[in-house]
Amino acid sequence: MSLTSSELWPYLVLVLAGFLPNEVWRWLGFALARGVDEGSEILVWVRAVATSVLAAVIAKLIFFAPGALASVPLSVRLVAIVAGFAGFIVFRRSVFAGVATGEAFLIVGALIFPT
Amino acid sequence: MVRAMPASHTFDFPNGTAAYLGGLRAAALSVFAYVLFGTYIGIGALAYDFNFSLVWVTLSTLLVWAGPAQVILISTLGGGAQVVEAAIAVGLSGVRLMPMVVSLMPILRGPKTRLHQLLLPAHFTAVSMWVETMRLAPQMPVERRIPFANGIATGYMISALIATVAGYYLAARLPVLFTAALLFLTPISFLVSIARNSNFLVDRLAMVLGLVLGPVLAYRNIELDVMWAGIGGGTLAYLIHRIRAGWQ
Repeated sequence: MSLTSSELWPYLVLVLAGFLPNEVWRWLGFALARGVDEGSEILVWVRAVATSVLAAVIAKLIFFAPGALASVPLSVRLVAIVAGFAGFIVFRRSVFAGVATGEAFLIVGALIFPT
Repeated sequence: MVRAMPASHTFDFPNGTAAYLGGLRAAALSVFAYVLFGTYIGIGALAYDFNFSLVWVTLSTLLVWAGPAQVILISTLGGGAQVVEAAIAVGLSGVRLMPMVVSLMPILRGPKTRLHQLLLPAHFTAVSMWVETMRLAPQMPVERRIPFANGIATGYMISALIATVAGYYLAARLPVLFTAALLFLTPISFLVSIARNSNFLVDRLAMVLGLVLGPVLAYRNIELDVMWAGIGGGTLAYLIHRIRAGWQ
């Protein structure tokens, strides 16, 4: 492999594995939006599937934590996400309160129960 | 210039530039600018840990513009996965963008809107931008919504780009617990923001089913677990919603 192609390879991978598989959904949404009625039944189902996919991604980030987050015990990660959700509910559905409560539980929990 | 405004419009801007600046301001005032800053410090640090270059990770923020997809991309490639495996994992996490774009476009589109003007907002669509634009854009005249949405998104992207660079340089000096706390920002902020936007039973059911099915399928080593969790959870939630609607 020549020097130029080996230098460009990571950027080609970025486009092939990062940009295109992600962007294609935006293009698809762009194309579909032209004919979609906002209140249609299919959109209710598509939104439910999207919500489930996002929820599954969230749960996987907690159970199979990436990088440094894996150094925090699973039990602490689970308590922190539940506490964050509870904080969101208690403090009048505030996103900031939910994030702050979750983070506080994660940091305090990790300090009390180090791996 | 004074002009009559329909009663439903809470605020208006004199021109497109003012609407764009208004969007930038809305971004700076929202919690997401700070959540994104924290998230992208984590992403910059993760990229450093896996030996990606600064230019590469900065470009990934501009081109991919989706936190979870970037975390997945960096950790799968960094962990030695094949390009195809990484692409499939990223593609599955990106599915959620499609219905966001589908529901956002009709709000931004006016009778005089050209199709190409919607391309940039479509690329900018991500959880944070979608949540704030869906909430604020309907409160202004339709011709101001595209520059406003672009303003919000640029504000978020500036925050994310600065944080990507900062995280990359800080990575070596950050305590492990601090990096862990930054990586935790993505799941916790996404969870509470989808919960805030789930006003209907079908969305709440879909969220709970996805949270349960995702890890269950992953622990059972089912291939394409996230996609099946999404289709299964979403369809089940939709069916329950239809059965209940049928009874009423």
